[in-house]
Amino acid sequence: MSKVKINDFVIRFANVNGTGSASANDMFSKAVFRMGIPVVAKNIFPSNIQGLPTWFDVRVSADGYLGRREEVDIVVAVNPQSFKKDIAAVRSGGYLIYDSTKPLHPEFHREDIHFIGVPMMQLCMDHYNEPRQQQLFKNMVYIGALIELLDIELEVVQGIIRDQFKKHEKLIEPNFQAIDLGRNYVKAHYEYPLPVRVQRMDKNGDSIMIDGNTATGLGALYGGASVVAWYPITPSTSVAKAFETYAKRYRVDPETGEKRYAIVQAEDELAAIGMVIGAAWNGSRAFTATSGPGVSLMSEFLGLAYYAEIPAVLVNVQRGGPSTGMPTRTQQADLLSSAYASHGDTKHVLLFPANPAECFEMAADALDLADRLQTPILVMTDLDLGMNFHLSPPLKWDDNRKYDRGKVLNAQQLDEIKDFGRYLDVDGDGIPYRTIPGTHPTKGAFTTRGTSRDEYARYTEDAAAYEHSIRRLDKKWKTASTLVPKPEVYRSRGHALGMIWIGTSHHAAVEAIDLLEQQGIAMDGLRVRAFPFNETVEAFLDEHKLVFVIEQNRDKQFRTLLVNELETAPKKLVPIQNFDGMPITADSILKQVLERVGEAEVSR
Amino acid sequence: MSFIKPQFHHPALPKNKVGYTKADYEGSISTLCAGCGHDSISAAIVQACYEIDLEPHKLAKISGIGCSSKTPAYFLNNSHGFNSVHGRMPSVATGAYMANRDLIYLGVSGDGDTASIGMGQFVHAVRRNLNMVYIVMNNGCYGLTKGQDSATADVGSINKEGSENPFQGIDLCSLAIELGATFVARSFSGDKHQLVPLIKAAMSHPGFAFLDVISPCVTFNNNKGSTKSYDYVREHIDATSELDFVPIHSEITIDYEEGKSVLAPLHDGSLLHLHKLAAGWDPTDRKSVIDLLQTAKSAGDIPTGLLYLDMNTRNLHDLMKTAKKPLNSMNESELCPGGAVLEGINAGFR
Repeated sequence: MSKVKINDFVIRFANVNGTGSASANDMFSKAVFRMGIPVVAKNIFPSNIQGLPTWFDVRVSADGYLGRREEVDIVVAVNPQSFKKDIAAVRSGGYLIYDSTKPLHPEFHREDIHFIGVPMMQLCMDHYNEPRQQQLFKNMVYIGALIELLDIELEVVQGIIRDQFKKHEKLIEPNFQAIDLGRNYVKAHYEYPLPVRVQRMDKNGDSIMIDGNTATGLGALYGGASVVAWYPITPSTSVAKAFETYAKRYRVDPETGEKRYAIVQAEDELAAIGMVIGAAWNGSRAFTATSGPGVSLMSEFLGLAYYAEIPAVLVNVQRGGPSTGMPTRTQQADLLSSAYASHGDTKHVLLFPANPAECFEMAADALDLADRLQTPILVMTDLDLGMNFHLSPPLKWDDNRKYDRGKVLNAQQLDEIKDFGRYLDVDGDGIPYRTIPGTHPTKGAFTTRGTSRDEYARYTEDAAAYEHSIRRLDKKWKTASTLVPKPEVYRSRGHALGMIWIGTSHHAAVEAIDLLEQQGIAMDGLRVRAFPFNETVEAFLDEHKLVFVIEQNRDKQFRTLLVNELETAPKKLVPIQNFDGMPITADSILKQVLERVGEAEVSR
Repeated sequence: MSFIKPQFHHPALPKNKVGYTKADYEGSISTLCAGCGHDSISAAIVQACYEIDLEPHKLAKISGIGCSSKTPAYFLNNSHGFNSVHGRMPSVATGAYMANRDLIYLGVSGDGDTASIGMGQFVHAVRRNLNMVYIVMNNGCYGLTKGQDSATADVGSINKEGSENPFQGIDLCSLAIELGATFVARSFSGDKHQLVPLIKAAMSHPGFAFLDVISPCVTFNNNKGSTKSYDYVREHIDATSELDFVPIHSEITIDYEEGKSVLAPLHDGSLLHLHKLAAGWDPTDRKSVIDLLQTAKSAGDIPTGLLYLDMNTRNLHDLMKTAKKPLNSMNESELCPGGAVLEGINAGFR
């Protein structure tokens, strides 16, 4: 018998997409979550609607490690197409739970793992008449089997089913029955529970389990976005959808049905960002959500917004590139194309959330920052964060918070000011004052343009005036570095080695730091939360002899930004990468760091 | 180079009902070529805005890139303007309109800006029935890059270099009607008598009002053989009607001829009086308008005037059920659901 592993394992569900498996698998991870055990799920899905293989990895971790882990303890294999690969994925000594309606072909046999057959389809065919029901309930049968095998509390799963079918009560009982089919089969045929199993804890506190895109959409709603323009693209579509879902609930006058928001599905990404810029120019908070290919299309407009100094918020839910790349896999590979999107001397503020609570917070903050800095703000999430359910601190909103609309002059102020110039740097921070159309009958009007202009927004090709305005924009950039979210110092103990990362590399990075420490390699850690880099980032690089830069792209884009903007010696920054489309793991970081440390010692 | 227009005006200039002189509607000095049709259109816009007693800050000017798109700097200096990127004026106008439904949006574009690079955005702006005035200053060529044929150049038209355009020209009016535009007119920069009332009527229209204004390029497309030259247009122009814009509460002093006159009420209470000249055409009947345009095309005529009008129009905000109060004037209390609601949302994710 295998050794006992409580609350520390990975289970992989191998399904066919379009069969309703996703909601059953969500139910499983939610059950673990409700039992107070830290859990994280990764849905690995194809760019397809029905019929192709899809996997759902759930990591259960009593220690609270929420990154992906390679080693799979249990596979629930219900997709014959991927059977061979799925069986091969089980670690030695692990378990394969499979649909035994048909006998397993001998070629699939492995001596070093446990096979647990449950005739899922047969049980469903015996109990349900309609093919669709047979297919859907098959998922519930394996959930039932897992309840007994992994010692999941039945009442917890039943509670989730009741919540899920609140509006379709007649579906509750049949789901209970399907679960029982799986449970009873296991009880009659196997020893249960398995040595690998769960046990109630109290580690989740007030945490929630939510996908990043929903949190981002909610953040934009709370942050006061009233105009949304978007174009469908995986993996960002659910950001706009989430905004709309909650706006329908909380931004519609119950009596008149009038909406306090406007959302347009644009004809393409160019139009989407154009609408956002038009709306923001006209005084509404506006945002769009897209992914890498969309940012490429938006580049010209982003340059206009940078140069004409118009607030705009863009959520970039990154996916695998280049070109169409891997639309349903994750990467952090748009750092350079977003930071420097557009022609000419252009650079943009980027925010890097690492969990859904930060998606919420940064979406709202981005709207404030865009108004304050009068420039595009790009919220850089990724597919892993955006589309998977993550254990996250609850979303928080302070009711005393006021929107920071930045330097916008009203009619009275225009009357008081003697000398209004749209691009005059009155305060010395590089940020000028702006006016919204319709404010004053005779004062404050100007023409916004992408061509060169003087401080009074008048067209000019004068060399000095042009250079002056370009330099002022750089001054504004310096101001931005003091206003953007500060980095999170994860560990600062004066070690010679440091590790630095952004966004969803967080969970793998902090786990890797612990693993390295167990091997006698101690290091400090810093999570960067925004670009331009704040002075703390520069200090961290200065204070450490060698800094491991964790990122999820081939071209070391994060490292390039650090070298480029902070003039750090490149040799000091050791790249640690993952770009296969799967979220980075602690094991992978560990392995790469150990290799590099070895090399460094040899070369010393 | 910066051009600054002299600011002195005669103190006794007459004022309109909202207290502005015509000079208050002017812009900076034009940098277009002397004789450019676009300058005449700018002048017609100034005239129209003065005459309809528009408060200048109640209008926003938006344009793309090209000679035509430069013109918003040459009229209405007391209105905000946005000279955006090439072919993308419609999206900027859409966003601006979403943010504040209370302003008049005047979009200015050219034939390159609309019929080539911006065609995608143009057709979708029409579909969505934005409440805006969309003027194309149509000269059949790319002026700012020195005279290349544009997509509205007629097949067979000869350009300045002497080469004949082999490709079909796009008729933006026919296209706009096909896509469901609710106010479609064509005019000529040299016909101020017709253009001014058309602009006024367009500004009163509560939906997408499209004006295709033929505006000859004196420098690159005014040669013999060009179908967008001053001479050619004057020879082939065929006004569908004579048009009067009757402002709100004005007395009707014109005699109307039975059967030939149409009085169209505009949503703000003003009236449009059309004296029809073209036979078999009814501006409220889409089919007859398409017939008229097709017949004229075969004959090589250029029908001008108000071509099509649908008063029963529902604009984008009507379709989206947006609040009457402009979105850009809303604050935290109207936009933020608050912390207590968020607690409830959190609970749903546990």
